[in-house]
Amino acid sequence: MIWIDTLVQGILLGGLYALFAAGLSLMFGIMRLVNLAHGDLIVLAAYLLLVLVTMTGMHPFVAVLIAAPVMFAIGWGLQRVVLNRTLGKDILPPLLVTFGLSVVLQNALLEGFTADSRRIPAGPLETASLDLGVVTVGVMPLLTFLTAVGVIIGLNQIFYRTALGRAFRATSDDPVTASLMGINPGRVFAVATGLAMVVVTIAALYLGMRSNFDPSIGPARLIYAFEAVIIGGLGSLWGTLAGGVIIGVAQTFGAAINPEWQILAGHIAFVVVLLIRPRGLFPRAND
Amino acid sequence: MSILLQTIGLTAQYGDFRALFGVDIELNAGETVAIIGANGAGKSTLLRSITGVLVNAPEQVLHRGTPIGALPADQVMARGIAMVPEGRKLFPSLTVEENLLIGGQMRRVAGPWTLEAVYDLFPILRERRLNPGTALSGGQQQMVAIGRALMSNPEILLCDEISLGLAPVVIRDIYAAMPRIKASGASVIIVEQDIGQALRVADRVYCMMEGRVTLTGAAATISREAIHTAYFGDAA
Repeated sequence: MIWIDTLVQGILLGGLYALFAAGLSLMFGIMRLVNLAHGDLIVLAAYLLLVLVTMTGMHPFVAVLIAAPVMFAIGWGLQRVVLNRTLGKDILPPLLVTFGLSVVLQNALLEGFTADSRRIPAGPLETASLDLGVVTVGVMPLLTFLTAVGVIIGLNQIFYRTALGRAFRATSDDPVTASLMGINPGRVFAVATGLAMVVVTIAALYLGMRSNFDPSIGPARLIYAFEAVIIGGLGSLWGTLAGGVIIGVAQTFGAAINPEWQILAGHIAFVVVLLIRPRGLFPRAND
Repeated sequence: MSILLQTIGLTAQYGDFRALFGVDIELNAGETVAIIGANGAGKSTLLRSITGVLVNAPEQVLHRGTPIGALPADQVMARGIAMVPEGRKLFPSLTVEENLLIGGQMRRVAGPWTLEAVYDLFPILRERRLNPGTALSGGQQQMVAIGRALMSNPEILLCDEISLGLAPVVIRDIYAAMPRIKASGASVIIVEQDIGQALRVADRVYCMMEGRVTLTGAAATISREAIHTAYFGDAA
């Protein structure tokens, strides 16, 4: 029975990793832009939520409705003013610029909020649990997983059912031909990053409610996000969810064997998947 | 006849390589103009300059008298100048229908061209509408590329080498659509290496060689010898 419990907890933990990764997957899928500041942007959004919750007393689930448009605007501006200038044949400039952004964000947050670790208070939800007979699951991990599935479904709907999604895919395929269709690639990319920052805000909501955070934890979240994206196959959103779940399950099983193995087991799972399927589980046909 | 589109002393450069040396062409309302010439004559560069893929001095390209030479491609397209690019350039991530829809998504003006009208023009595309655009044969892909450009109900349609790499029978099928496209009111510039097809549909012809216009005239009266000379130079 303990193995079923470990499996379920791992799958639910995978939901959190998938949320960390979805925004990264979105940006890479559309712009081939590897955003090294992704983890720090999650932390930035977590602080934004913390400020809203502590200043106004509103519930974090309400605060996210205010933080998400703010983060959309930040993402839109960041892409329009900074990141669009780095895109091109050379993959190095976006890496360097987002690495720089990561350092700037960490130091700015350190300056503004000190190195103390913080947590977004979520009230009784933090400890609530559900007895499902065979296993007992925390309401928060369950909500995280369901939100991750919801986010992936939502992004897929945008991608494959809307004119905006069509523009995303076309611009990703060929920005020059997309511009001949009247599409401004720079603007489409700005909307994509804005959307990625909305997902980042949702990831920050669960990160902040489930665990402590401080200005320096971004890069560690980035590694889980990277691994989930790469296991899933670059640019595949469902693959990203699968990647998150694989890391989550590997970590909980590793921890069940020996608590010291938790983090290592996740990384080993990543290497094993890459050895078997170097392009990830669900690579896009035209990559 | 009013001049819709005009290039005046158009120059273009790729790094150190100069591709166009002061090209003057005109497109009148309702007209079909063919631009012919050998590989490397500058035909495609001319279209890339008009569409804004290559940026020029503003006054080198005029649309209804307004300088558009420095506008980016999306703004040129918004003025009703649509392009069928060389090599089709369908979006591999999009189905046939999505490839068509994206052509009309940013410029929504009423006109004869709708999804249904394009499917009537090329009925095979209706059957293949849910296939990925790039899973089609070359000829069918070319039909999608033409339909995609028509979906914006353009005032001016630019076609770059639409016969390239296609079998003669397929080229004939595609060119069979030209009269209906003309009848819909679009003015057309066709860039072609297939002189025969170009002359059949065009009202006027420009022949280019090494970045310059070397011959111009009415398609009905221009002589094969004159084209030959303009195409290959005097030595030929």
